[in-house]
Amino acid sequence: MAETNLRFRDDEPHEEPAVSIEAFLGQTNATAVRIEAGEDARLLLPYLDRLALIEIDFPRFRDGRGYSSASILREAGYTGELRASGDVLVDQILFMRRVGFDSFAPETPIDPHALERAFERFGYFYQAAADQAVPVWKLRHG
Amino acid sequence: MGQDCGDTCVKLLTGNDLATGDVTWWTGDGWSRHIEDAVDVGDHGEALLAQETAALRVNAAYLIDATATPEGPRPAHIKDRIRALGPTVRPDLTRKPADPNAGSWVI
Amino acid sequence: MYQYDKYDQSIVDARVDEFREQTARRISGALTEDQFKPLRLKNGLYLQLHAYMLRVAIPYGTMSGRQMRMLGHIARKYDRGYGHFTTRQNIQYNWIKLEEAPDILADLATVEMHAIQTSGESIRNLSSDQYAGAAADEVCDPRPWAELIRQATTFHPEFSYLPRKFKIAVTAAEEDRAAIRLHDIGLKLVKNDAGELGFEVYIGGGMGRTPFVAPLIRSFLPADNLFSYCAAALRVWNRWARRDNIHKQRIKILVHDLGTEEFTRQVEAEWQEILPLGTDVPRVELDRIAEYFAPPPFESELSDNVDRSDPDFAVWLDQNVAAHKAPGYAIVNISLKPIGGIPGDVSADQIELIADIAEQHSFDELRATHAQNIVLPHVRKDRLYAIWQVLRDAGLAEPNLDLISDIIACPGLDYCSLANARSIPVAQKIATRFADLGRQRELGELKLKISGCINACGHHHAGHIGILGVDRKGTENYQLLLGGSGAEDASLGSITGPGFSEDGVVDAIEKATNVYMRERAEGERFLDTYRRIGMAPFKEAIYG
Repeated sequence: MAETNLRFRDDEPHEEPAVSIEAFLGQTNATAVRIEAGEDARLLLPYLDRLALIEIDFPRFRDGRGYSSASILREAGYTGELRASGDVLVDQILFMRRVGFDSFAPETPIDPHALERAFERFGYFYQAAADQAVPVWKLRHG
Repeated sequence: MGQDCGDTCVKLLTGNDLATGDVTWWTGDGWSRHIEDAVDVGDHGEALLAQETAALRVNAAYLIDATATPEGPRPAHIKDRIRALGPTVRPDLTRKPADPNAGSWVI
Repeated sequence: MYQYDKYDQSIVDARVDEFREQTARRISGALTEDQFKPLRLKNGLYLQLHAYMLRVAIPYGTMSGRQMRMLGHIARKYDRGYGHFTTRQNIQYNWIKLEEAPDILADLATVEMHAIQTSGESIRNLSSDQYAGAAADEVCDPRPWAELIRQATTFHPEFSYLPRKFKIAVTAAEEDRAAIRLHDIGLKLVKNDAGELGFEVYIGGGMGRTPFVAPLIRSFLPADNLFSYCAAALRVWNRWARRDNIHKQRIKILVHDLGTEEFTRQVEAEWQEILPLGTDVPRVELDRIAEYFAPPPFESELSDNVDRSDPDFAVWLDQNVAAHKAPGYAIVNISLKPIGGIPGDVSADQIELIADIAEQHSFDELRATHAQNIVLPHVRKDRLYAIWQVLRDAGLAEPNLDLISDIIACPGLDYCSLANARSIPVAQKIATRFADLGRQRELGELKLKISGCINACGHHHAGHIGILGVDRKGTENYQLLLGGSGAEDASLGSITGPGFSEDGVVDAIEKATNVYMRERAEGERFLDTYRRIGMAPFKEAIYG
């Protein structure tokens, strides 16, 4: 199938490979980090302005720890690329975009038509998240 | 758990019809809603399971132990017997609503 | 009760569309069962012992007549003519076809109903007090808060792939009619000394394999911060829960492992991070929701007198009808526990009858309770007799509320693939053994709860008498527990000793009730006597 665009940023993709948190904390020049499920994203908060890419792994799509990691990073003001890798199905991508992921490296290819429908299907969201969506309570009251 | 079935021990392949959810039993060349039609799959169960699942002819399939009887195979475990017949507390909703003794087969 | 606006309706409709596509992908084979299972569970669809089972949400147990009538329609059109009310105020259908499930959800959406997050590792249906808005003892109606949380936790992007299921309950009275301390988060609305509204927050309760009564985590949470605080607790749990062992993943395990103090510290710390982000729902939205829960237009100058000359009616009146805060009104409990029947099951005909009565005589409102009964919250006293006659003729007037035959029972091995033993036949035998109404009233309040497996959907840990079905070498066996409670005096039952056969456990229960009758002091319920004299006299009588 055609290559599905799974990167939702305007800047150029970051070339440098992502290192582990442990390695990152030991180096001074790495600009890309990989967070495994269960690792503490808050360890990176002092270094966000140095990071261009943070990759968060989903070993099984049912393991939702990466959603909290992403939320924490965006809440702290991280503006670089936030990538979800691993067991990522089209059914998770909308939630992942909402918590702040802007690129995806799924193990299994994602059908671009299913992805398009997933993005168009829900016009409203109840809660505020890292994305720009205005929560429904705000639409109700202005 | 051990069975006292000796050479009447059989292995049955069972699952659910994907679209309807009906409990189904492998008959040798297809799937039936009635356990009386089920055959002993012997050592071929795992291969059959994989083949039929991939072909979407069965969902959530698994193998069970049973005893061959004149009335058809009788699963070793009470859960599988209830699954074969239907809820013991609603005889009218079982596979044998007209049979007043159907429940005793389960127990 | 709450009514959808265009946003609510749009969200539910979109979900139906999404599930329709996911179902098509499964039936075509594009999705494996492994991939599809969590997705269908997020829409309440289990693959059960005999067929697919659908669990429809009844948010905090509240419904209109129109919604109840739709539940009857679904029972007729898509199932086998009946439904089952559950211990979390939902309804279940046992004979669903996957290929029809999207149509069922579409039908439900036309009456503002859904099956969203009713199973799987989701934030489940919020449960609440079945007497909300009608009982005099509440601080305020808790349901606007329940609705607020329902919306805030629906499709929450951070919390849609949790370690395990998550159950929240909310009440607003001293008497706990929703078992809040046996939930993952239990919330009790209170007022502080300044008269401000807030919550007592209990976190880490639950039943199942390792039951816990939730400790108090915060004695006063300002009401406006309800959502952000819950989000903090969810985030701490989502990040640190064990994911290696399915039996160790509920938040109750984390609270227990960390200890209340450390767990509280982490939640409070996380909450301080979240608080400045402004994610709390503003009071103006709560007020908007609360308008839907304003008291109905109660009539005044109504008589409080009820003609008790029909003795059968009088018995039902005394047992099943509760006091209402508005003069001239009453709260009606409809028992779904006819002697020898299936606890919580109701036919399509009965569903429609209840819908009619609710529309005509209860301001078009009814509730499902966690005890698997139905409540008509606002009934004029002068209509009680006529209503009772109709209920009686439909088999819905068993006068056994909170008596021994008002049994809570999970579907058990007759329906559930997780079960180890059947629970319904045990319930039937117990009810039949104790059928004599005089005897039941002598025994008084006796909450008996049966689970067919350790997952405890029948809440057996919280029964004054609890029964747990187990598999003992391929045979059904039953453990007996005494002394549990799901009320504000929450406690977990203790096992009496070795298990019993189906008939054996009925005998054992009778022996236990005989001990109570022998030993009880003035005014003591079974539970009170047990707590006073301990297990030993019961054990002695049961095992000889």
